[in-house]
Amino acid sequence: MNQVLDILASICFLAACVFGLIAAIGLVRFPDLLTRMHAATKPQVVGLVFALLGLAFRLRELEMLPLLFLVGVFQFATTPIASHMLSRAAFRGGQVDSSQLLVDELSEVLEHDEPRGAP
Amino acid sequence: MSPELITRRDGTKRPRRKGAVQPWAVLWLTAVWVALWHDISVANIASGALLSVGIQLAFPLPPLHVDGRVRPIACVVVYFTILWQVLIASVDVAWKVLRPGRQPQSSVIEVDLASDSDFVLTLVSLAVSVCPGSIVVEARRSTHTLFLHVLDVPDLTGLQAERDRVLTVERRICWALGITQGIKPDRTPVPPTGKPHE
Repeated sequence: MNQVLDILASICFLAACVFGLIAAIGLVRFPDLLTRMHAATKPQVVGLVFALLGLAFRLRELEMLPLLFLVGVFQFATTPIASHMLSRAAFRGGQVDSSQLLVDELSEVLEHDEPRGAP
Repeated sequence: MSPELITRRDGTKRPRRKGAVQPWAVLWLTAVWVALWHDISVANIASGALLSVGIQLAFPLPPLHVDGRVRPIACVVVYFTILWQVLIASVDVAWKVLRPGRQPQSSVIEVDLASDSDFVLTLVSLAVSVCPGSIVVEARRSTHTLFLHVLDVPDLTGLQAERDRVLTVERRICWALGITQGIKPDRTPVPPTGKPHE
């Protein structure tokens, strides 16, 4: 039984490493900030979930489960907000090259906007 | 869903403290506290409850108004749909990262949500952020518009499909929360699986 759980844990850790590696490769390969945000957020979150699953299989302590669950929940809640704040700042700071986009419906809206903080 | 505000003597505003303590928030914060201590004891639960009430009095949040009957089973279904999409999204992005050759062609598109609830706007942007190939670049509360950066959509039909996908997510969330009011009439929500809508 313990061996089976250990093998499951190893598989989970391997998957976590693979997703983390993919996120890192994406950061290097993608051309601009917004596409890099995709690589930095999505595979990384799933990688973390796999790492937590692996931990659950390896530790086998009931009182650790809520803690691992909380780590996952907070990651899911905060990653979209972090990526949103970064992309928003990048767009408003003029870091996004509009000519590289196929369609850009935000730049024209922002041009007519009054310069104020919150939308 | 505007917060109830009280004007201070110097003219600045703050949220009202009375009614700031919300029972579900107390439950959740206490659960987090107990989980952090790894131990379910009376002392932990009591101190957690005390702390959560204190936090909510110190940092009052606007009350959350969800007008509609929440469907618990539908919520679970929508939750797992989104979790599944997160996994798909990661594999999808992973493929685009590793694929040799051309760089992805991305776009920034505008999606006008049908619902006028801030809560739905928040949930949709959270769900869409973790879904395949989209990041919320800008959210406009006044018009309930989301601006999304979509990864690797080569043509305009693909972009329209992305817009429809976001609206589908919104419909599902409205369906799970039982929200029928405040939705623009040309886009009445229909349940995703063809079940009758009450």
